[in-house]
Amino acid sequence: MQNKDIKRLSLILLFAPFTLWIALLILLPHIGMVLLSFREKVAPRVYEYSFANYLEFVNEPIYWNTLLRTGTMSLLVTALALLIGFPIAYYIAKIAGPRSRGGLFLLCLIPLWVSDLIRAFGWILLLRETGVISSFLLWTGLISTPIEFLYNDVAVIIGLVYTVILFMIVPLVSTLDGMDNSMIEAGYNLGGNGFTVLRRIIIPYAMPGIVAGCIVTFMLTAGSYLTPILLGGKNSSWFTEQIYNQFITRFNWEGGAAFGMLLLIFTSFVIWLGLKLSGQTLANTVAKS
Amino acid sequence: MLAKNKTTPFLFGYRLYVLAFFLFLAAPLISAGAFAFNDSLFPALPWQGFTLDWFFGDTEPKLGMFHDRRLLQGLYYSFVIAIFVSILSVFVGTTNAFLFIRGEFPGKNFFYILMVIPLVIPGVILGISILVLASDTANYVEKNLDLELEFLRPGILLVVLGQFSFIATITSLVITARLKKFDATMEEAAFNLGATRARVLRTITLPFLRPAMIAAGIVAFLVSFENFNTTLFLVGSEAPLTITMYDRMAKVGSTPVLNAVSFFLMVGSGLLALLSIAVQRDKQA
Amino acid sequence: MTQSPDFDLECLDISKNFGAFRAVKDVSFNIPSGSFFSILGPSGCGKTTLMRMIAGFEEPTGGDIRIKGRSVLGTPPNRRNVKMVFQHLALFPMMNVYENIAYGLRCNGVSGDHIKRKVHDVLERIALPDVAEREIHQLSGGQKQRIAIARCMVLDPDVLLLDEPLGALDLKLREAMKIELKLLQHQFNTTFVYITHDQSEALVMSDNVAIMNQGEFEQIGTPQELYHHPNTAFVAGFVGDSNRWSGTVKASDGSGGKVETAQGLSMSFNSSGKAAIQEGAKVDIFVRPEFIKTIRAAEADRQGSDGDNTMDGVVDSLLFNGANSRVLVRTGSGELVESDITITGDNDLKPGEDVRLVWSSKQAMCFAHQEHT
Repeated sequence: MQNKDIKRLSLILLFAPFTLWIALLILLPHIGMVLLSFREKVAPRVYEYSFANYLEFVNEPIYWNTLLRTGTMSLLVTALALLIGFPIAYYIAKIAGPRSRGGLFLLCLIPLWVSDLIRAFGWILLLRETGVISSFLLWTGLISTPIEFLYNDVAVIIGLVYTVILFMIVPLVSTLDGMDNSMIEAGYNLGGNGFTVLRRIIIPYAMPGIVAGCIVTFMLTAGSYLTPILLGGKNSSWFTEQIYNQFITRFNWEGGAAFGMLLLIFTSFVIWLGLKLSGQTLANTVAKS
Repeated sequence: MLAKNKTTPFLFGYRLYVLAFFLFLAAPLISAGAFAFNDSLFPALPWQGFTLDWFFGDTEPKLGMFHDRRLLQGLYYSFVIAIFVSILSVFVGTTNAFLFIRGEFPGKNFFYILMVIPLVIPGVILGISILVLASDTANYVEKNLDLELEFLRPGILLVVLGQFSFIATITSLVITARLKKFDATMEEAAFNLGATRARVLRTITLPFLRPAMIAAGIVAFLVSFENFNTTLFLVGSEAPLTITMYDRMAKVGSTPVLNAVSFFLMVGSGLLALLSIAVQRDKQA
Repeated sequence: MTQSPDFDLECLDISKNFGAFRAVKDVSFNIPSGSFFSILGPSGCGKTTLMRMIAGFEEPTGGDIRIKGRSVLGTPPNRRNVKMVFQHLALFPMMNVYENIAYGLRCNGVSGDHIKRKVHDVLERIALPDVAEREIHQLSGGQKQRIAIARCMVLDPDVLLLDEPLGALDLKLREAMKIELKLLQHQFNTTFVYITHDQSEALVMSDNVAIMNQGEFEQIGTPQELYHHPNTAFVAGFVGDSNRWSGTVKASDGSGGKVETAQGLSMSFNSSGKAAIQEGAKVDIFVRPEFIKTIRAAEADRQGSDGDNTMDGVVDSLLFNGANSRVLVRTGSGELVESDITITGDNDLKPGEDVRLVWSSKQAMCFAHQEHT
């Protein structure tokens, strides 16, 4: 019986930090944000509960256009990251020799250890009018006047793909790594060609990794702030920028909270949809990577 | 393997693609780092010759990073914040690992998902939600109890808590993965040899977890150091380095001193990352 | 139920329930000091649970466990002077050999000098004097085995429990370790309780073996007793190989008689179980392959047979395995009978030859039929 008490006590002790963390830093703040988002300032220091903040979002096309734009761009970035990243992950997990494998994987991780800011800074130095690429092209004589590669959607997409692709590659490598090579060989042995083996065997097997990578990639993209602002310039129209403007520039916390909720609901919805469509769950994808 | 069944040109093309990809990965980092050594007032071509002024120069306009008071201060605050975040995250990560591997309680899966969720909440939202709660609490206390709770206003504590809120998930996942591999009979063996519960934990279980705890701590440190989105909303007057750099970029424009800082951070992070890999490697490997 | 200091370990009506499942049912036994005792049973028979109760990792639902005559119920595992070698050894990989062996001594607060002497002492005794500074992963399988034992023996336990420690070794090493374990036990003169599902391990090493099945002890005895005089059909079937027939008793004088098998064969037997066999009872008969003689049919007619059971058949195949070679004979009723033979390479039996199988009724062990065995 004494044994049982010790077990119960240690369970409670272990639960304490978890509960404090999740309740105080995740659940309560989000509840607070929901409440705040339903508050409307009717007069100085007088508030009422209403949908005004959400109505403002609906009535102002610039807001929901920004959210839609953020969403579609994020999906595009996710798709690009998957397309570019899958062959790399496959190469690392299945084709590279055992020696180069670890090295290549580490190379993939290196940008992870560098802040968003530095990565964006690097791209700015490469892409801007006086930047490396423009100067190089001038020097080769391919162009006669400097070109501005920065401050457009392509620059934003390049920067975002760059920022998030590691989060696509890492889960992909770890799932593909767990795949038995003989499964692929059996696929060929049974008469499949490269494409059917890829479609019927490799991709279904890698599905949890693909979904995990896509979720993290999408979330990071939709929630990113620095890269779109720095590479897209003042008119990058990223939704997080709207949130920042509401909060910091206009000091309209109620509106900012509503926008935050909208971003959260929107991204959660996309992820929920993605999980449903792929038949995966959060627990067997993200939690595993 | 795919390679065996394909012609060599295909493999060659594939290799070329991989190479191009790694060039793509390296390009911005190289450009961010290389211009730190360019003897020019702007981080741009043409190359004006090698200099270390952007690190050690002590006069304007080439004030090096090690003489730039604001940058050094930012570095210091980043360091302090990252240390606190790592310690907190590793502690909570360890208790969470024990909770989810050893604990038996109803709704375990649900709680596990709760633990993972902070990782997929956009950092901006974590930042504002914590800001809102802290400010509301501070306002409420001030109004009703006439007490000014300075620590709930934007500042170091809020930044630490904000970063901790999602970094704890990362450390929990890392340490949980390690604890999963632990052979529980090892604890029984130690018990059997006469050790007390506390001694088993101290001499067997924690030493087994130590590599994962150190690695998780390093990851937490790096993620904290480079975090921007969450920090942006919670920062007070003690701006950490990323915020200082961002301000500098927005106000002064890009100057090679930022390249110097970038280079410094890249080298530092790289060394820490190597260290974390070294400790995680098992003795057998 | 007198307490006798002659026994290192006594278990009295030990039982353990997991919910409605009875893993161990009222098991009683005692082990004389300094002997090698094995608990042999199929996996899932409850032997591991029984051992975990002795070590203190599980609380028994009922009964008493006594070590050196003193009950240890309620004593936590770290205070029992019963040490255990785990199935996968559970050596501590973060410590070297010396630290592994010193661990228990440190826990007991033994002084540094003393620890040093004892560790080197025990390393001498297991004939590995030079490995103290090695890391665990640098040891071979057999060395790990010995270190795991040394780690326990350095604490002078009253009883050493071993939970199938040879299971992970390859066959050759396992054979060598069997002999080595027996020697170590002699050397330390400590009671070993050895858990296994491998009968050859149990038979070779043990002074006494308990056969466990479905949470109960079927029989305790020396290896020879178990082999030659099993008390139950389960023991007869589990220990050693045997041919088995089911049948009905046609004639019985209580200790022997005649049985007609389900295939219509008639054979005589001696009763082996404790209970007398009545006429008309359903029985199982076990005959070990080494007691069946296989004779060419032509020679058998000339010689006549000296056994009181005979059966005619055709050689189906030869199973050559050196000294343990067997012949499979298909009898007239279609079943296969195994019998030991010596294959010399000269004038051996060939598949298709007519043969006669002969064995004595003394070697036919007969038990009342049980539904679930």
